Amino acid sequence: MNRLDVKKTYKLYIGGKFPRSESGRYLPAKSPAGEHLDNFAHASRKDFRDAVVAARSAFGGWSKATAYNRGQILYRAAEMLQNRAAELVAEIARSTNVSAAKARREVMLAIDRLVHFAGWTDKYQQVFGSVNPVASSHFNFTTPEPTGVVVVLAPDEPSLLALVSLVAPVVLSGNTAIVVASEKYPLPAATFAEILATSDLPGGVVNILTGKRAELAPHIAAHMDVNAMVDGAGDAGLGAKLQAGVATNLKRCAKHAVADWFSAKVEDPYWILDTVEFKTAWHPIGV
Amino acid sequence: MVALKAKSQAALRNVSAKRAVAPVSTRSVVPLKERRLNFGDKWDYAPAPEDSKNYVIAPRHELFINGKFVAPHSGKHFDTINPATEDKITEIALGDAEDVDIAVKAARRAYEKVWSKMPGRERGKYLYRIARIIQEKSRELAVLETMDGGKPIKETRDVDLPIVAAHFFYHAGWADKLQYAFPGRTPRPLGVAGQIIPWNFPLLMAAWKIAPALTCGNTVVIKPSKTTSLTLLRLAQIFQEAELPEGVVNVVTGTGETGTAIVKHPDVNKIAFTGSTEIGKQLAQMIVGTDKRITLELGGKAANIVFEDAPIDQAIEGIIAGIYFNMGHVCCAGSRLLVQESIYPKVVKKLRDRIQTLRIGNPLDKNTDIGAINNKPQLEKIRELVQSGVDEGAEVVQTSCTLPARGYWYPPTFLTGVTASHRVAQEEIFGPVLSVMTFRTPEEAVERANNTPYGLSAGVWTDKGSKIFKIVNQLRAGVVWANTYNKFDPTSPFGGYKESGFGREGGVQGLAAYCRLD
Repeated sequence: MNRLDVKKTYKLYIGGKFPRSESGRYLPAKSPAGEHLDNFAHASRKDFRDAVVAARSAFGGWSKATAYNRGQILYRAAEMLQNRAAELVAEIARSTNVSAAKARREVMLAIDRLVHFAGWTDKYQQVFGSVNPVASSHFNFTTPEPTGVVVVLAPDEPSLLALVSLVAPVVLSGNTAIVVASEKYPLPAATFAEILATSDLPGGVVNILTGKRAELAPHIAAHMDVNAMVDGAGDAGLGAKLQAGVATNLKRCAKHAVADWFSAKVEDPYWILDTVEFKTAWHPIGV
Repeated sequence: MVALKAKSQAALRNVSAKRAVAPVSTRSVVPLKERRLNFGDKWDYAPAPEDSKNYVIAPRHELFINGKFVAPHSGKHFDTINPATEDKITEIALGDAEDVDIAVKAARRAYEKVWSKMPGRERGKYLYRIARIIQEKSRELAVLETMDGGKPIKETRDVDLPIVAAHFFYHAGWADKLQYAFPGRTPRPLGVAGQIIPWNFPLLMAAWKIAPALTCGNTVVIKPSKTTSLTLLRLAQIFQEAELPEGVVNVVTGTGETGTAIVKHPDVNKIAFTGSTEIGKQLAQMIVGTDKRITLELGGKAANIVFEDAPIDQAIEGIIAGIYFNMGHVCCAGSRLLVQESIYPKVVKKLRDRIQTLRIGNPLDKNTDIGAINNKPQLEKIRELVQSGVDEGAEVVQTSCTLPARGYWYPPTFLTGVTASHRVAQEEIFGPVLSVMTFRTPEEAVERANNTPYGLSAGVWTDKGSKIFKIVNQLRAGVVWANTYNKFDPTSPFGGYKESGFGREGGVQGLAAYCRLD
């Protein structure tokens, strides 16, 4: 008699833990051919609010970690992803509509993109900060700082690469993130969460929710403890709902309509600036 | 295969501060009447040596050319010794002009065929690999660095090696981002870089040279100092382990003549040198009439300025760190202490007490603050310069301690009554010797601080922030530390004004030394 495989329960990733949805809801994940694969958690408003609490409490430690430390941790995430690349490739290939070869390309590029953005942690300040030659006798300088808790909406595909490309520039500066994963192909994101959980990234820095974007969007826009939103979902109607959040508590809102997530143009350090604040300090000069 | 001899290590116990024997004939203590702190010998330290037996050192080390360890064509080797015991550690290959030529050819081949063509992202991933392996082997490298160079393990373990790894890590990230370092221009590599590094921070200087060169797409021929080749050759093994393409970094060990051969080689595009101003000028002369680019990180005679409104205890620690870090074998050492007159007696008293607590002895002992002087000629130079200070009228204050019988040692020392014309106020001593002088006004402090042909670094101590920035603006030095001293970070550029050389290492500015801007 053949041995029976053990199947994985796909769960949310909040505060470094893997809870089911508090609502008890689930959704079925289907293969491109329409076969039932597994069920995954259908995140609720309460799950989102829990994720904001987790992200807020992680913000203090993560934003105060040295840039060097954050860089090493993001690089460590790339190491872990490389080590478990086969698992992700298989996950993408079985649960989304891409070939194994393209899935492999996607995972390799996701690794390289993590490495690329890891390198920005201790450089973007040098490129985008400044010392300002003010006309009075003052030493005056401007440095970027992370804005706080950021909600990231990933597009449906590529399910892993787009998520990594959107989240890395947010967290590298010290922000913490709540990611709403691909709605159509959520399983790679859920598996990627397991890799992040073993990568030295403190719990709560990246939180990953699976479920329905349209259902969560109004709650995201209304939440008073979210500082910024990065919308890579590419859905105009949804974008408008999020934009309402700008008027709520002046959330920063960035939209990335990307035609080709495999393009090198996605490695854009200006994306880091979407979720930082510039602080200018004045100091007198004189004996 | 030889492990370090346990016997000679046992002979190197840390010495108690009380067992007083005058280490040099010039010793004379400033007679200060007030009560002295008694550090006594009641609290002796138990030895706490770092384990060195696990690390095997081959009896002979060859050149590292084109990815392989190869014997020098002359077949000659020289001994490298542990300056704390004078025991031979191993033999190092003596490379000459012919070996240099082979190394440059290998570097050129690697440059043309592989390294300059490789996408920045892939170059960067090699550097990340190297950084990670250095982190893994950090303790081993620290122990070897301490054995070969005499540096206390506390420093190699907690300062040198972490910065070495960080330097590769930081530069790894630049490899695919160079266009952002030079807005509006396209940076291109220069070609083969010839690099010559000193004995005071062997592995750290190697990292400062190799990491930016590689990230910008250059290949390297590097020569360590004759007395400290061991850890660079270990780094070469790490390059092998990281599968760095052959010929991208080549190590040619040897003497000054080996270095000269690198500088004079017609197919070297760029020279990077860290060492004395005297040699730096000679190298600059050698490349006159060529298109070779050069950066020089040379000597210093840094002023460490302490104002009367300074946080005194913090300043004392900074003065100690400024001059006794790495036995004063530091080009940016705060070797001229300028103290405002009103606090001079207090500062001298505190300094005198503080140096008594510095522990001198076995560099592998985790309690050791002051290790061995790197080499005998340097020890003689330090002795000669201190004697000149005495002859010119300065007074010597030293710790009262017994120095180990074998090895090269010099106790922490400071000189009072120094005037600006004394040799000890002008020449780089490169040892644990501080020259103390005074000033009355900030203007005088700045004038005295700048009154030197050097301009590498300086220190400013005051609790008044506006004063810091005013003084910093007036100092002609490449690095100025305010209320701290001897801090280094890969993101922070380092280098000198005036005869301390030109070019910067580290940070965005450091990349310029290894790029041509199209």
